[in-house]
Amino acid sequence: MSLPIAPKPALRRFHQARWDEPIVFELHAPGERGVLVSRPEAGVREAVGDVVAALPASLRRSAPPALPEIGQMRVLKHYLRLSQENLGADLNVDVGQGTCTMKYAPKVNEAIIRTPDLTELHPLQEQASVQGVLEIIWKTERMLAEISGMSRVSLQTSGGSEAIWANISMIRAYHESRGEGDQRTEVITTIFSHPSNAAAAKAAGYTVITIHPDADGYPDLDALRAALSPRTAAIMVTNPEDTGIYNPRIGEWVRLAHEVGALASYDQANANGILGITRARDAGFDVCHFNLHKTFGTPHGCGGPGSGANAVSEELAQFLPGPVVERDGDRYYLDADRPESIGSVAPFYGVIPNIVRTYAWISALGAEGLRAVAETAVLNNNYLMKRILEIPGTSAPYATGRRRIEQVRYSWQDLYEDTGISSEEIGVRAADFGMHYWTSHHPYIVPQPFTLEPTESYSMAELDEYADVLAEIAREARETPEIVRTAPHNQTVHHTHHDDLDDPERWAVTWRAYQRKYFGADAAGAAAASAESGASGAGAASGSASAATSATEEAAA
Amino acid sequence: MSHPFVHPYVPNTAPESRQAMLDAVGAASVEDFYADVPAELRLGRALDLPEPLVAEQDLVRHVGGLLRRNRAVEPGRLFLGAGTYQHAVPAVVDEVINRSEFLTAYAGEPYEDHGRFQALFQYQSLMGELLNQDVVNVPTYDGYQAAATSLAMAGRITGRRTVLLVSDAHPDKLSKVRDYIAPTIDLVLVPTVGAVADLQTVTGLLDDTVAAIWVETPSYTGALETALAELADAAHAVGAVVIVGTDPISLGILTPPADLGADIVHGDIQSLGLHPWFGGAHGGFIAVHDDTRFVMELPSRLFGLASTDVPGEYGFGDVAYDRTSFAVREEGKEWVGTAAALWGIAAGVYLALMGPQGMAEVGETVLARTTYAARSLTALAGVRLADGAVHFREFVLDVTDAALTAPELVAAGRASGFEPGHAVDDGHLLVCVTEQNTQTDIDDLAAVLGAALAQKKEQNA
Repeated sequence: MSLPIAPKPALRRFHQARWDEPIVFELHAPGERGVLVSRPEAGVREAVGDVVAALPASLRRSAPPALPEIGQMRVLKHYLRLSQENLGADLNVDVGQGTCTMKYAPKVNEAIIRTPDLTELHPLQEQASVQGVLEIIWKTERMLAEISGMSRVSLQTSGGSEAIWANISMIRAYHESRGEGDQRTEVITTIFSHPSNAAAAKAAGYTVITIHPDADGYPDLDALRAALSPRTAAIMVTNPEDTGIYNPRIGEWVRLAHEVGALASYDQANANGILGITRARDAGFDVCHFNLHKTFGTPHGCGGPGSGANAVSEELAQFLPGPVVERDGDRYYLDADRPESIGSVAPFYGVIPNIVRTYAWISALGAEGLRAVAETAVLNNNYLMKRILEIPGTSAPYATGRRRIEQVRYSWQDLYEDTGISSEEIGVRAADFGMHYWTSHHPYIVPQPFTLEPTESYSMAELDEYADVLAEIAREARETPEIVRTAPHNQTVHHTHHDDLDDPERWAVTWRAYQRKYFGADAAGAAAASAESGASGAGAASGSASAATSATEEAAA
Repeated sequence: MSHPFVHPYVPNTAPESRQAMLDAVGAASVEDFYADVPAELRLGRALDLPEPLVAEQDLVRHVGGLLRRNRAVEPGRLFLGAGTYQHAVPAVVDEVINRSEFLTAYAGEPYEDHGRFQALFQYQSLMGELLNQDVVNVPTYDGYQAAATSLAMAGRITGRRTVLLVSDAHPDKLSKVRDYIAPTIDLVLVPTVGAVADLQTVTGLLDDTVAAIWVETPSYTGALETALAELADAAHAVGAVVIVGTDPISLGILTPPADLGADIVHGDIQSLGLHPWFGGAHGGFIAVHDDTRFVMELPSRLFGLASTDVPGEYGFGDVAYDRTSFAVREEGKEWVGTAAALWGIAAGVYLALMGPQGMAEVGETVLARTTYAARSLTALAGVRLADGAVHFREFVLDVTDAALTAPELVAAGRASGFEPGHAVDDGHLLVCVTEQNTQTDIDDLAAVLGAALAQKKEQNA
């Protein structure tokens, strides 16, 4: 006789961990230690005396910093509980962070990079003792040159947006080297390109011109023609754009830019869907960048460290940031003597752990694997698009009816008009099912937007699960909207009051600011302020507040 | 390679799954999806890459083999700094940041990524105590970027263009800063005297065109600025902002720059619980007082505490989100992108473990051993300190009168398993001492360099 188990519900029964974990300062236990520190030997003390007392008075800290004192296991437990209250890509169907290419970061790469022969290397130690990592940098650069079609690559930048900055900085250096620095004052981008293109160009001092889509949803070629002039320094575009649309006239865009003497800069943040299919240089671009943490499978680390790669044509190679790695026979060496270079844009040679992970990832896949990645990512995307567009209330504005590459920017506008439930509310509710979901970048040129990017890493069953969750929430929006409106229900925290975060009188970026603003400077004030703050404060019990205040006093003693 | 290509990283490459999905979307092949990519832009061949190492064991052998060609210096025998430091990393730090939930998360919302928001709020808060400031950003890329952004902020706050750099700064950091601020700030280098600010010259240059003075303490050479308060008073008197770059590892014993008048404090968190990683593990911090004039010019994300519907529960969210390029694109003051959040979590764990006592002790140990090393090495023939400033962790040896040049001393140390320091030029060696360098390490280094100098002197005689 079999064990009777009732049929499973259609959707996973998920509940996020909730530990009610205090703020780390509330764990303060006077005199406890989390770690001990190497102390000066008797011989050192004898030779140098009390070095702290000997400091000039202006340099000597008058009271120790009011850090909490906590035993080691309690610190560990605290942070591991916080980790459980976090939904990493290893745990969910992470297709809801469109434009960011959330994919599998292979575990073997984690094992590979954690050797002391990498973690403990100093960037200035003898180059003969770091030949392995220099070879990996050099080979990774060549791999990315082949993948982009460009001549040279620098891996120095620490993230995609910093790489975009390096792109515009090289473009500036190029025009200045030709005596056109003062003349070329404008940069053209498209509304669907990542905001960092516009922001970096602006920060570099350029006037930014934004091209909007034409009636078919493609970047408007006529608008580009009208915008281009001898003032144009560059076009800076993402393709495929964050809508998932590939601009078929991208070669024409580049040609027109070149005709007025401008350069063409390609944001390849969405390269995942075109690996081995088409390359930046094939469309004529002068410079492009990759995000190693997106396309090449390095983990995202809660928002970094990322890693950027800048790839350029032969004509721009002299401007690349650096130092760069060169090879002389079997020996690899660093070349910092490059007078036209824009110089160091980050410390030393880049985010090394991510560069090694990238090398391992490309090495594991090879040419055929990269193509399988691209093809599977677009297959998954078009499959998911079909499933999503079957949900009543959804649409995919622009280029309607066309296939998409790596992702799709969808809209809940129809559902919103029917029910008043917004995309943002749907996103909060999705968390209840163990799914991350993000709306999209501003400006919301697609109304009630959401952007899904399935990448190659998720199975058909997982994509179905994600689509089923959104279908269920859409059904709830029509039948039981209060469930959606009052979400989240299964999360670590409940509906959060964001008004305080925009008010300088009430925002609290640190624990000390929170203590000061809501509980006053002293313990007596704290009790009164705590009672008073019930409505608007962050809801700390007065007990925890006074504990923290005494922590400060202990530390200061 | 077998066909079809089925790779463990890529589900749905199995022919059965692939066909089922193609059928579901009504596509004949994946080619259908690339209809918008014109033929003339197609690569039309396979990428020219090495054959894939599809078996995990082969991959480990290949990449692991390359990494084994590296050779880390034996702990304690490394005297190199210049921006990347080998401080001790507690095991708990690695344990926490290697957890999948932190390692593989990204830009989740406060609800499903509560842990990330709290960990980063705590990082900001712990740094706030160390710095004695109320506002600290979510980490930017590195200390170079933090410096550059701080200068640009001062330009916007004051509406002025000139920044006076009054300390010795790392040349690569200067390169980054110059590249970044070119459109808005003119950087004027005021040469130091004895490795600290030339107060008189700086005061003479201060007027109502100066946006800020920029002080690095410890400086590139490890010198501590003793006249920060006087510099700050002089700068404030003409309406200029005081920007100070520092290393938080020193602040268990040293006065926080804010206490001496700094308005914007920046630096790198690599020293707080991060391995050197060949220079690849940096995170930048920027701290300001809780003053909207400064806070609204910060381009980075700031995570703040918020109440929720449930009493007693801490929620989190973005403070003043409309400051950021996410919200305003080309009207943004900088950009927000993937930067160094995980390293910020690491630094938070480090500070939680260290506590006030740990930070005071590490500061004292570093200072004591730095002082001891400076004495030991200047006891060698022809070796003296390049300046008389107070130094933390790093100092410069002037070897112009020694029997060996700085590069020769480096070579001599390397021959005995040391990295004795960074040869700034032929006559100057930048030496770094952390809590990892014991008395024995320092004594051994002095003996090795001393023997090399003596041998050379003998040869010359």
